[in-house]
Amino acid sequence: MTRQALRERVAGSFTWRLQPAHGVAIVVAFLVGCGIAQAQAQRNDPAILETIWKWTPLLARGFVFNLAISFLAMSIGTIAGFFLGFAQISLLPPVRRGSFFVTHFFRNAPWLVLLFYCMFLLPFQVTMFGITVPIPDWTKATLGLALPVMANVSEIVRGAVQSIPTTQWEAAASLAFNRRQTLWMIVFPQCVKRMLPPWMNLYAILTMATVLASIVGVAEMMTLTQRALAAENRPGLLLAFYSYVLLWFFVYCYPIARWTVRLEARYAVRQ
Amino acid sequence: MTAMSETRAEPIVVLTDVHQSFGDVEVLKGVSMSVAKGGVACIIGPSGSGKSTLLRCINGLVPIQRGSIRVADFDVHTLRTDHERIALRKEVSMVFQQYNLFPHKTALQNVMMAPIHVLRENEREVRERAIALLRKVGLAAKQDAYPGELSGGQQQRVAIARSLAMRPEVMLFDEVTAALDPETVKEVLNTIRELVRDGMTCIIVTHEMRFAREIADAVHFTDGGMIVESGSPTALFDHPQKERTRAFLSQIL
Repeated sequence: MTRQALRERVAGSFTWRLQPAHGVAIVVAFLVGCGIAQAQAQRNDPAILETIWKWTPLLARGFVFNLAISFLAMSIGTIAGFFLGFAQISLLPPVRRGSFFVTHFFRNAPWLVLLFYCMFLLPFQVTMFGITVPIPDWTKATLGLALPVMANVSEIVRGAVQSIPTTQWEAAASLAFNRRQTLWMIVFPQCVKRMLPPWMNLYAILTMATVLASIVGVAEMMTLTQRALAAENRPGLLLAFYSYVLLWFFVYCYPIARWTVRLEARYAVRQ
Repeated sequence: MTAMSETRAEPIVVLTDVHQSFGDVEVLKGVSMSVAKGGVACIIGPSGSGKSTLLRCINGLVPIQRGSIRVADFDVHTLRTDHERIALRKEVSMVFQQYNLFPHKTALQNVMMAPIHVLRENEREVRERAIALLRKVGLAAKQDAYPGELSGGQQQRVAIARSLAMRPEVMLFDEVTAALDPETVKEVLNTIRELVRDGMTCIIVTHEMRFAREIADAVHFTDGGMIVESGSPTALFDHPQKERTRAFLSQIL
């Protein structure tokens, strides 16, 4: 087994590692893109960096939207995932089996398919007590992304709880703690440290996935980039613009990735 | 000592024909024994003979299939609800081979947790008692240390203090020195000696034969899920009646 495969098995979910080299590659792609754009430029076209700078405020607004979707989807998914995860270790077989089914259904469904389902199955407005509340597209996209997050958090919670040695349960039982107390006071506090790295991993993956919302027409960074390119109408700008978007995501996700690695290393030593 | 011998007569733990199986494997095949209040019973025998399981049956961690177990006022084999089991475990506390301290709590918090959350006692009183217990096991200076910062022997003594904080009637010790290095074995055994001196009823599974001989009122030799031979330490160690006991002792001593 390769070292990477071993690490993935230990981590329980696939590991995701951003390295400085990735950043260098993106910068190189961006510079090559600028070069191409410059080479293909007509006589009276403005300089490439100037063009990018002109669109940056709009793209940044789109990026903030990406972040907003990621925060919301992560919050909703985490809360729902916690309940689902604890349901997976319930002593009641129907609860356990039901939550197992739900978890693995959403964990193994393609994210884009879930996004489309939420987009087209949820109504564009709901009327309750005579008040009509519209449901904007970005809300539906957020819910669509929250579903796989929920399923993954559920697995993280279940995995962490089950990774605590049974001797802890035994010690708690012999001190007359009941199951609920054991879970909340003894097992769960020990899980938090174990859950944090995979949870942050999941957040980074989710942030990447927020650009999927462009396919269903939400005005996030990717959508706005496409609009900017359409407005400029210069095919030579394509590589430069898309690597510019990539650069934004890298700058945001890289610190999270490094921090996750550091947390993992710290918690791997203890216990 | 006189007070102790007066109460010796009444048994506090009584096992009658206890059968226990894990799936198809029969671990205990009809075990009967009794321990008087304030008495000390040592259980010796080869590994896999069911010693640990026997202890776990006594505080209801492991259910039994046949026979009966009576501890103080509880019929352990008939306890069904969590509530009943919890009531029992306030009377019978257990110390494990691997200490099993809660790694996210300090030594003091480990000792205080169960009295506060299970017995619902006043936090200030529990703290005083916990500090006194840590002093008793010689770890007053380590009250704010986490288990990971303590040696095996120190962790085991915290575990003993943690069990004592529940004010149990009976203490069960499951090979509590087996995971320790030789120098720290002594400090844990001394702690148990003190408990016995104070009149605590103890059931001790151990491989420390000299300790068993010194401290026990009765020694039980188990093999293959049964008690092969029981007797006073002198009788069992010096004049074993059964061939199996002799063979075991000759290998160990």
